[in-house]
Amino acid sequence: MANQTTTGPDTQGGVGSDRVIIVGGGLAGLAASMRVAEAGMKVDLFSMVPVKRSHSVCAQGGINACNKVARQQGYSEWQHFDETLYGGDFLNHQPPVYSMTHWAPDIIDLFDRMGVPFNRTKEGQRDLRMFGGSLFKRTHFAGATTGQQLIYALDEQVRRCEVEGSVTKHEFWEFLWPVLDDDGVCRGIVAQDMRSMEIRAFRGAAVVMATGGNGLIFGKSTNSVICTGGAAARCYKAGAWLGNAEFIQVHPTAIPGEDKCRLMSESARGEGGRVWVPRKQKDPRHPNEIPEGERWYFLEEKYPGYGNLVPRDIATRELFWKCQEGYGVHGGRMVYLDCTALPDATKDKLAGIFEIYEKFTGDNPRDVAMKIFPAVHYTMGGMYTTYTAEDDSKGMKHGALNNMMTNIPGLYAFGEVNYQYHGGTRLGANALLSCTFDGLFCGLSVANYAKEQISAGKSASDSLLQKYVDQENDKVTKLSENNGKFNPYHIHEKLGDELTDSCTVMREQKRMEQAYDVLCDLKEQYAQVKLSDTGMWTNQNLSFTRALGDMLAYGEAILLGAMQREESRGSHYRPDFPERNDERFLKTTIAKYDVLNDRPILEYEDVPQPLVEPRARTYGKVD
Amino acid sequence: MIKSNKPKTLTFKIKRQDDPKSEPYWQAFDMPYRPSLNIISCLQYIAGHATTTGGKDVAPVVWECSCLEEVCGSCTMVINGRARQSCSALVDEILDETGDTIITLEPMSKFPVVRDLWVDRSRMFENLKKVKGWVPIDGTHKLGEGPQESPEQQDMRYALSRCMTCGCCLEACPQFTIDNEFIGAQAISQARYFNEHETGATLKDERLDALSEVGGVSDCGNAQNCVKVCPKDIPLTESIAATGRQLTVHHIKKFFTGK
Ligand SMILES: Cc1cc2nc3c(=O)[nH]c(=O)nc-3n(C[C@H](O)[C@H](O)[C@H](O)COP(=O)(O)OP(=O)(O)OC[C@H]3O[C@@H](n4cnc5c(N)ncnc54)[C@H](O)[C@@H]3O)c2cc1C
Ligand code: SF4
Ligand code: SF4
Ligand code: FES
Repeated sequence: MANQTTTGPDTQGGVGSDRVIIVGGGLAGLAASMRVAEAGMKVDLFSMVPVKRSHSVCAQGGINACNKVARQQGYSEWQHFDETLYGGDFLNHQPPVYSMTHWAPDIIDLFDRMGVPFNRTKEGQRDLRMFGGSLFKRTHFAGATTGQQLIYALDEQVRRCEVEGSVTKHEFWEFLWPVLDDDGVCRGIVAQDMRSMEIRAFRGAAVVMATGGNGLIFGKSTNSVICTGGAAARCYKAGAWLGNAEFIQVHPTAIPGEDKCRLMSESARGEGGRVWVPRKQKDPRHPNEIPEGERWYFLEEKYPGYGNLVPRDIATRELFWKCQEGYGVHGGRMVYLDCTALPDATKDKLAGIFEIYEKFTGDNPRDVAMKIFPAVHYTMGGMYTTYTAEDDSKGMKHGALNNMMTNIPGLYAFGEVNYQYHGGTRLGANALLSCTFDGLFCGLSVANYAKEQISAGKSASDSLLQKYVDQENDKVTKLSENNGKFNPYHIHEKLGDELTDSCTVMREQKRMEQAYDVLCDLKEQYAQVKLSDTGMWTNQNLSFTRALGDMLAYGEAILLGAMQREESRGSHYRPDFPERNDERFLKTTIAKYDVLNDRPILEYEDVPQPLVEPRARTYGKVD
Repeated sequence: MIKSNKPKTLTFKIKRQDDPKSEPYWQAFDMPYRPSLNIISCLQYIAGHATTTGGKDVAPVVWECSCLEEVCGSCTMVINGRARQSCSALVDEILDETGDTIITLEPMSKFPVVRDLWVDRSRMFENLKKVKGWVPIDGTHKLGEGPQESPEQQDMRYALSRCMTCGCCLEACPQFTIDNEFIGAQAISQARYFNEHETGATLKDERLDALSEVGGVSDCGNAQNCVKVCPKDIPLTESIAATGRQLTVHHIKKFFTGK
């Protein structure tokens, strides 16, 4: 890396800038930074938190890839590809998934070379675990803190780039708006220093959004508190489209909490943990006192093949229904996730998540079954992106300029904020893969595009940048001078409650209509929101309130998308339309922001199926 | 779970500071008790109801947080005199330990205050640069697997790799002060982590050179406070001892080879 030369003069921020902007320093943003720097470009990396503290640290279970052992048992990259489509209920674009699954083994090798302490077998090979949606062991892991280990490895490599001068970090800077020129091409960003509150524009020959998911729209989720979707919503308001916004994953196993729902990773089931409820409703006994015969392992009973490892949307619904039927623990909204019978060595591999459970509930999962309930977890939808497929549709063309570019030229979306790869449901341990893959594979596209722009001498003028800075300053002034009466935290709480209740596991038309009315009220309240801090030093209240406006806009796209999709597919379940309807809805929902009316306009686009024909998604269910 | 009677109200005494240059001051906030609170949910409550016990409306308290599950390191602060993560500090446990409904929150003292409970920990990240905290791979191209390692070696490295740069070890260390050069247990332990990897070890000499400088390993007074407070149970004193031994060998080698 050190001996690569850069193209053009190093004029950080100046006209004719040769720099690429990457917003977000999770797995996707870090992998992209590394790859773009390797291609000879200078990178400006922006993040609201020190990149090492990004939400990716939360990932626990692992990362999928075909491997030597699975291959010898009949597994292949093709099968990983097929599983991802089947899991996603065929809403995924196939060529990108093809590339991702075929690159996966090399991505694991790369992490291995970077020093990630993957668990080892006795012989010293990388160990594997089972995960949802597959009958093969194909998940690589580092204890129960895989995401933390992977992001640290990338963080270390990017620190090296920083020392070598190819990457400049801007931590505690918040992205506010993309800079678009008169032709609608993205030429940079406006961002705000979260300490001094200074608002500045930065030139970029290309801009990558790698800003993660939007769980906070639902109030409490398994996400980190910065996962508001604010950055994506700002791009949406500036003209970028959202794809499949209504597809939100609810994870079956989380610990409900006061401030957030903490995840109990799928690895607990992958390593043999079993989900059950007492056969007797409201059984008052301690779980350890309920004999085997009086426990109802409902997932294993209904899905004999996949058992506890059916995809998340299916497990979530089954669990939710059991509680609705009154079989929840003590009649409440919880079921047991039982790891007590696992051998000690297996329990040790889960130490990271057991620690979390014990810390926050006081019970030790080694001895007592855990009590869990579903929680909002992952954003399948996101910023709409395109790509160039190979002629035979087997993969994307490596280096094609538009791979994972949004409808705005020069603006890319990588990682969880990108709507690609996962369709209607994401399989466990496929997100760490898609985020890293975006950065490493599509990073080349970004570098190629940026070089083209630079040689054409195209960049933003000073007056254009100033226009955008003024615009953002005006918004801040307006918010701070707002003499309203509504508390932003209360609006957020109400938004989260409404959306969680109406638009997660079960999506009933009537309930969604009610929620929509509430959302419209909340938008009106937001117009009269009152800041409790109007100072100009580290004003977190301003940052949150601004993001709240974005969450309302994004929330509306989610809700309307869910109301208009009259079918059930993957995580999107409509009791009034319980079947998948390929004829009407084997389509991407595209949400475009209507500035005049401050609401989304929804359009639908066919999802081509060039390699695998859609088939019924049953996971061997027996009724 | 709380054993004693549940109180109705909690009082937070918070050490505040408006910006890096101004003087600190204390403010108190009351909030209704609920079961299963952690300190973060209390701070969230206070952010939504920024009125002091004296009834004065004030600017909301500022602090850092992200993951809320003790894995990102952001939310570290001094709670009742002890540096720890506020997301995993449970109010019921604190009440059981102290029997007191007054809880004090202060920013860490070994780092410059940005505002209120938010401190500037960039020194920790800079120290990672000093010890070249990375494995020097050739690039991202397809070059096959990394070195094999035994499960024991993996286990040992995994224990070190979980450091979340939170700063508790430095807050507790008598040798680490806000304005001296001591590099501290976190960076020493990270240097060991990379020295323990086959490819990482190619930079071992450079790391050890960095740790021989002023502020390096020899500044450690072996007080062992660090290891006691590390929330991730990182074997810090072991790392310091191991690195000390590596340094001795390194110096002898340098003496004889003249390099
Ligand atoms: C509890 C949990 C466990 C998981 N476990 C697994 C697992 O085992 N396997 C798996 O494959 N996946 C797992 N996932 C999913 C996976 O962790 C995420 O999808 C993935 O880490 C997202 O990475 P990212 O790079 O896209 O975004 P993130 O890691 O979320 O990073 C987003 C970045 O954007 C920055 N940012 C956001 N907004 C702004 C703004 N306005 N301005 C500037 N910067 C901004 C943030 O500072 C951050 O640096 C899990 C998720 C959760 C919640
Ligand atoms: S052993 Fe003592 S002096 Fe040395 S780093 Fe730890 S706390 Fe500091
Ligand atoms: S070594 Fe432990 S206490 Fe020190 S920064 Fe790392 S995690 Fe925190
Ligand atoms: S918020 Fe991440 S450690 Fe507390």
